Amino acid sequence: MSNLFNSMIAWIDKRFPLTSNWKAHLSEYYAPKNFNFWYFFGSLALLVLVNQLLTGIFLTMNYKPDASQAFASVEYIMRDVDYGWLIRYMHSTGASMFFVVVYLHMFRGMMYGSYRKPRELLWLIGMVIFFVLMSLAFTGYILPWGQMSYWGAQVIVSMFGAIPSIGEILQQWLLGDFTLSDAALNRFFAYHVVTLPLVLLVLVFVHILALHETGSNNPDGIEIKENKNPANGIPVDGIPFHPYYTVKDIVGVVVFLIVFCGIIFFAPEMGGYFLEYNNFIPANTLQTPDHIAPVWYFTPYYSMLRAVTVNFLGVDAKLWGVILMAGSVVIFCFLPWLDRSPVKSIRYKGPYFKVALTLFVISFFVLGWLGTKSPTPLYTLLAQIFTVIYFAFFILMPWYSKIDKTKPEPKRLKE
Amino acid sequence: MADSFSINDEMSGRRKFLVAATSVAGGIAGAAIATPFLLSMMPSERAKAAGAPVEVDISKLEPGMLLMVEWRGKVVWVLNRTPEMLESLVKVEDQLADPNSDKKQQPDYAKNRTRSIKPEFLVVEGVCTHLGCSPVFRKDVAPADLGSDWLGGFFCPCHGSKFDLAGRVYKHVPAPTNLVVPPHVYLSDSRLLIGSESEGAV
Amino acid sequence: MKKITIALLILCLTPFSVLASESGMPLDRAPVDITDNASLQRGAESFVNYCLTCHGASYMRYNRHRDIGFTNEEILNKLVFTGQKVGDLMQSAMRKKEGEEWFGVVPPDLSVIARARGADWLYTYLRAFYRDDATHTGWNNLVFDRVAMPHVLYQLQGEQKLIVKTSDKGEQKSLALVKPGQLSAAEYDKFVGDLVNYLVYLGEPHASERKKLGIEVMIFLLGMLVLSYALKKEYWKDIH
Repeated sequence: MSNLFNSMIAWIDKRFPLTSNWKAHLSEYYAPKNFNFWYFFGSLALLVLVNQLLTGIFLTMNYKPDASQAFASVEYIMRDVDYGWLIRYMHSTGASMFFVVVYLHMFRGMMYGSYRKPRELLWLIGMVIFFVLMSLAFTGYILPWGQMSYWGAQVIVSMFGAIPSIGEILQQWLLGDFTLSDAALNRFFAYHVVTLPLVLLVLVFVHILALHETGSNNPDGIEIKENKNPANGIPVDGIPFHPYYTVKDIVGVVVFLIVFCGIIFFAPEMGGYFLEYNNFIPANTLQTPDHIAPVWYFTPYYSMLRAVTVNFLGVDAKLWGVILMAGSVVIFCFLPWLDRSPVKSIRYKGPYFKVALTLFVISFFVLGWLGTKSPTPLYTLLAQIFTVIYFAFFILMPWYSKIDKTKPEPKRLKE
Repeated sequence: MADSFSINDEMSGRRKFLVAATSVAGGIAGAAIATPFLLSMMPSERAKAAGAPVEVDISKLEPGMLLMVEWRGKVVWVLNRTPEMLESLVKVEDQLADPNSDKKQQPDYAKNRTRSIKPEFLVVEGVCTHLGCSPVFRKDVAPADLGSDWLGGFFCPCHGSKFDLAGRVYKHVPAPTNLVVPPHVYLSDSRLLIGSESEGAV
Repeated sequence: MKKITIALLILCLTPFSVLASESGMPLDRAPVDITDNASLQRGAESFVNYCLTCHGASYMRYNRHRDIGFTNEEILNKLVFTGQKVGDLMQSAMRKKEGEEWFGVVPPDLSVIARARGADWLYTYLRAFYRDDATHTGWNNLVFDRVAMPHVLYQLQGEQKLIVKTSDKGEQKSLALVKPGQLSAAEYDKFVGDLVNYLVYLGEPHASERKKLGIEVMIFLLGMLVLSYALKKEYWKDIH
């Protein structure tokens, strides 16, 4: 039996680099031995990706990208298709959980300096993945064609109208109509199920390739490749990803699934955060709901969009809002060059960085919370204050990271 | 902190057991996840509702006339056979491939010479058992194209298969079996239900 | 910092109240229990008698009501009036155009209304109609000002009128029964409770099945957790 297996593998290896890839990326890919809680989220993101692809394919079998049928086809899936409700909830919950996992994954990178040299490109690829993910979420949210789908899309698409001179024509080109309509729904469907998933898959593949080139960072932020065993060339603080991190990640996956299934089976609407109440009303092109808010993962940026209320530097408030919103996401790309600290990990960074990161996290949450609320003068003021803090984290980083009092990095990983 | 670690090439009994147990549990989980996905591809409630049994009024169906009914997207023929037509069933029997309806192409209550519950009423799917074309009802006797021994029946224009007035297939034609008799039941003398064998499942 | 993060996370995930009524009136708690088949059956009958004339529930099939304990026969006798089949969708008897002519708006489909509005809102709304000569239906509603729908259930509830008390805290609105209907106040609340319970069921007919399956999945996952944790421990002995 095992002979047959071995000769089969040998047959394949002559024709396809199976064993060598298995070794290079799993059984002889050496990862730092001190990965903690924060290191689960990369593989969990991969799991959610698979979930979205699989459930997405099955939803496509019954969904109709037609403005007059879309809403009904979703309810058809929920009621008439066997287990359609489960597949739909897996997809809708997966969308939100994708962002939960990716935000935690990004936060890990910020804490332990995973964006720093030599992983700048890895970070940038990750940022592009994040942009694609946002586009996927946006195009996907339109598909049920409920009130929030419609008016959310209306707001986002109108932002393109803020771009000087070409705005209006660009908006029409995006929509394929003079207003948000069936034409846009149909093409957003095409992006959501074909274009963007393809791009995402390629990017994720490239992201992992880049990771395995530089090797993984770790909570101590030191390079394990700099300390190799001279006898076999293996990093002394590294352990093979398989089996050690595969068995560890299985535990992470099970814990994640407990949370994931908990939501799917017991709170699929998640109190209106994952499935918004107004989206159970079919799109009405003549009536905006009393209160519109994007899904929770976009609310921090949405707050910043609304925060600018005055024109300055000859640019009107609407365009500033759009610039700030786009900037708030794009600015993550510059982190590798903004951080001037001599150490990578928060463990050895000084108080300035710790305070700055804390303030950043608080502002992210507060902005996110404000984004779910109707604006009032007080809320708008709060949004403005926290927008400044949000951006200050990045813009002041070259200064505070340089003068911060850091601790010396150890030579070897701490247990 | 150890400088390096040893990989156990020979797995301990406990390790072997845990790997096997986790693999089995993972396999069960995989199968459990696959199940709803596969079931979602079965006919939905809408398809089932559209494929629900069809009730037909046969009180106005004159002898010799054919009624076409749609059931589950297929055509079902209801033919009120005249006494001459019923006689023809006996005469053609030696030319038929399966005159006694031995192949299971009909419910048990229609496994008889007339392939029906009531002798005069034939209920049969109008779908050729060769490649799914719909045969033509040819009740004319001895037409030029079908030969002088044709006593009436169904002729498939696609590939020339021939069936008698009980939907039984002739020998030496492409179609292998008799036409299918769908489940049906008489709710009363004038009401026929196609697609169900009991009155309850409306 | 971890603590702050967690605190904020909890704060953020507390359900926010987009479901509060437009008027800001506090909502009464609806007695929802989708496992109570008797209540759901009463609600279903009320629904087809009082609501389905104008509103559709056009994503719902009659035969789905087997979930709540009806047989096909009972469904045909108690729920289906218009010569439809049990497998048909619950379409409204009224045409859209007529609705627009009569009420100014097309009465919305009620299939998922409970998911859009919330049970408490519906429960309060159906009990908050009052006489108002200023509107063209002669009715108004405390939680839905100038609603296009007249009070369909007034024969059961009777007629209420609006009482406005002005104090230093501002206006306080309440309703008082001026003309009793066929049902007592408690009976009417129960009637509406059953109807709203049914609407909640109607919004997601699979909800009971979902929770049941969820418990099985959770039990399996907990077992899987024990197993996978033991596996991880066993392998990581090599490293620690």
